[in-house]
Amino acid sequence: MTTRDFHTIIIGSGPGGSTVADELTRAGHSVVVFERGHNHLIDPANPGDLIQVFSNDELKYMIRHFLGPDPWLEPRTFRHSESDGDHLLVGEVNNLPATVGGGGVHADGKLPRFREDDFRMLSELGPVEGANVADWPLTYEDLEPYYAAAERLIGVAGLAGANPFAAWRSGPYPMPPGPPMYGSLVTSAAAKRLGYHPYPAPTGVNSLPYDGRPACNNCGFCAYFGCPIHAKGDPVASLRRALRTGRAELRADAFVSKILTRHGRATGVEWIDLDGETHQEPADEIVVAAGAMETPRLLLLSGFTNPNIGRNVTFHMQTFVMGEMPFRVHGHIGRSVTHVHDDHIIVDDLARKAAHSAGLPWIRGGLVEHCSPSHVIAEAKQYTWGPEHRRLMRDSPRRDRFLGFCMQGEDLPQATNRVDLDPSVRDIRGIPVARTTYKLHRHDIVASQHHSARLASIMREAGAKRIVTATSPITTGELRFSHAEISVVPVSRHVAGTARMGTDPKTSVCDEWGRLWEAPNVLVADSSLFPTSSGYGPTLTLVALAIRNVHGSHGMPQEAHPAAQDRVSPPGAERST
Amino acid sequence: MSSFLSEGQRRILEAACARLVPADDEPGAVEAGVVDYIDGLLGAFLVDPPRIWAGGPFSGRFGGKASFASFHRLTAQEELAWRTRIEGSKGIPERERLGPVVGLQQRYTEGLAALGNDFPAIPPEEQDQRLRSVGPFLNLLYEHVCEGLYAAPEYGGNRDLVGWRSIGYLGDVQPRGYTDEEVSRA
Repeated sequence: MTTRDFHTIIIGSGPGGSTVADELTRAGHSVVVFERGHNHLIDPANPGDLIQVFSNDELKYMIRHFLGPDPWLEPRTFRHSESDGDHLLVGEVNNLPATVGGGGVHADGKLPRFREDDFRMLSELGPVEGANVADWPLTYEDLEPYYAAAERLIGVAGLAGANPFAAWRSGPYPMPPGPPMYGSLVTSAAAKRLGYHPYPAPTGVNSLPYDGRPACNNCGFCAYFGCPIHAKGDPVASLRRALRTGRAELRADAFVSKILTRHGRATGVEWIDLDGETHQEPADEIVVAAGAMETPRLLLLSGFTNPNIGRNVTFHMQTFVMGEMPFRVHGHIGRSVTHVHDDHIIVDDLARKAAHSAGLPWIRGGLVEHCSPSHVIAEAKQYTWGPEHRRLMRDSPRRDRFLGFCMQGEDLPQATNRVDLDPSVRDIRGIPVARTTYKLHRHDIVASQHHSARLASIMREAGAKRIVTATSPITTGELRFSHAEISVVPVSRHVAGTARMGTDPKTSVCDEWGRLWEAPNVLVADSSLFPTSSGYGPTLTLVALAIRNVHGSHGMPQEAHPAAQDRVSPPGAERST
Repeated sequence: MSSFLSEGQRRILEAACARLVPADDEPGAVEAGVVDYIDGLLGAFLVDPPRIWAGGPFSGRFGGKASFASFHRLTAQEELAWRTRIEGSKGIPERERLGPVVGLQQRYTEGLAALGNDFPAIPPEEQDQRLRSVGPFLNLLYEHVCEGLYAAPEYGGNRDLVGWRSIGYLGDVQPRGYTDEEVSRA
């Protein structure tokens, strides 16, 4: 390893890694982006040509793992605690896609900002016994310019001022919201009648032609699917900009197995190609953006020893409150979710009372998505076989007449909840896989119970004939729910916290700019950095944080950010690039 | 279509599908071609590329060039994973990395044998009893019946779109999509 072709190696091509590639190439650095999965997104030789292969195909995406990873080739393991033994389960554990574009490809693109108090939970709300509640080493004010840049770079549709609980913002969204889904109009109206504050979901899906990509045409295959027409703000925009500079290489089907270090600095990586051959690539700087489960796995495989690596993993405590309606809601038409409300994030008198009677100082819920199931194979499998099957599918009580809420409840970080290396299970390359040890905190369960009751009252107001409640992960112990349970493994795809940033190497993995305490030329650029999970999806925040950290750690001034200047297009203007 | 199942096995499977999702006023599993869907999965590697992932982006049903019928090629690793799932690990070391796997082919061969060669000829009530007696195979079969009824027809089932049509579902609608008005109206 004497000569190097690239200044920076970026591991992972999802929203974090693609954003870093965009920022560094703009600043004149050369980068190579390693992605373990296939490239279905963009032709590196002609970045203007978007590959069109994603399709409206429930079997291919939801059952047959087209976006990867295949859980047999690349399993993960799960247990609640050490008393479960080495693991309870081997297979799929909160998998994000292994494909160029990463989690940005399959997400339905809800891209909310966090609130001011999400960055200083310890100062604002105080500690909770058994949890590692922490302040972030930055404030909302520090991040706001980068939130604004991220919204422009990705293309977020939303309505400033529509959410009374929103943090302040320096400007409008780059696009207006897309068309509201009928079912969400029904639940929103009911929520408003009861004093809640629903608003159009900030969504990384084009409501108008934007950045050379078309407006969404409402096909309904949004969450879990790649977008066939590239109307989604997946990382295609940032990857395309990076490749066009001529300073970026995209290396798909390339799995990084180790960060090489010498004297406290990274010198390059070891990577494995599709044929199983191992190679080395040197660089001055490494950016780890592999997702909050693969990132700690790689840090541990590389021999880093900070005892905080992998600890404090969070997923969100998802609470589903669904109602059977006396009318059809056609949730398969539109962008999966068009309305949300934030009321359950606010620690109001009712939440405080519920917390105190459970012996907790406070409880917080999370963003509530107004939703309806849209997939017919998944629906069919919920009914029983026999002569009733066809009638049930036509009446559709669990899809076309099923409407409700999904709350992305904040789950508190705990040191015992962690990602480490499984002692025996290996992936197809022979490398130890990520093992998750995770148990809900009592806070998460009490908050879920409190807010699910409030959500059920909205469903009744909306006219539901029957209400079904469920949580992911399932609840355990004396506070076990009486209602239906989904899975022992959290299914959120909102994993975070496993390389938390902070100001003290004794309690964090990365410094205030996302650099590893153990090797300052290794930058983490995904939701691993989050000290707390908030009640919002992680993507916009991890992108904003990646821009801020790249700028801060490379001495790049924020005022020079093109997204704040020449890239700003008036809402709705089509940009030909 | 190249077939994994024998004619006799297909007859048992067809009779079972007719009980799992019988036709009423609308076609049922048999009429939707679910037997072909299941046989297509069990014999996925009898064709090249294998019938695992249909192509994209469009089926041609709502415009665009039809490409679903051109199935994706698999990498060597993906082929290993899908052959292990379908054919089983059969004592082959690279297929037993996570332990032995009983393949779908064996589960169907044994499951259909357990239903019995006389299954198509016995009365419906007795057929239901036998289905309940095969336990895990019944669950597997029902999952596949649901897929064969409601997956894209390029996978062999949902013949003439009968699975989707009878429930008022259009399936894949790209590149046409839905209008904003269709999104928001009752």
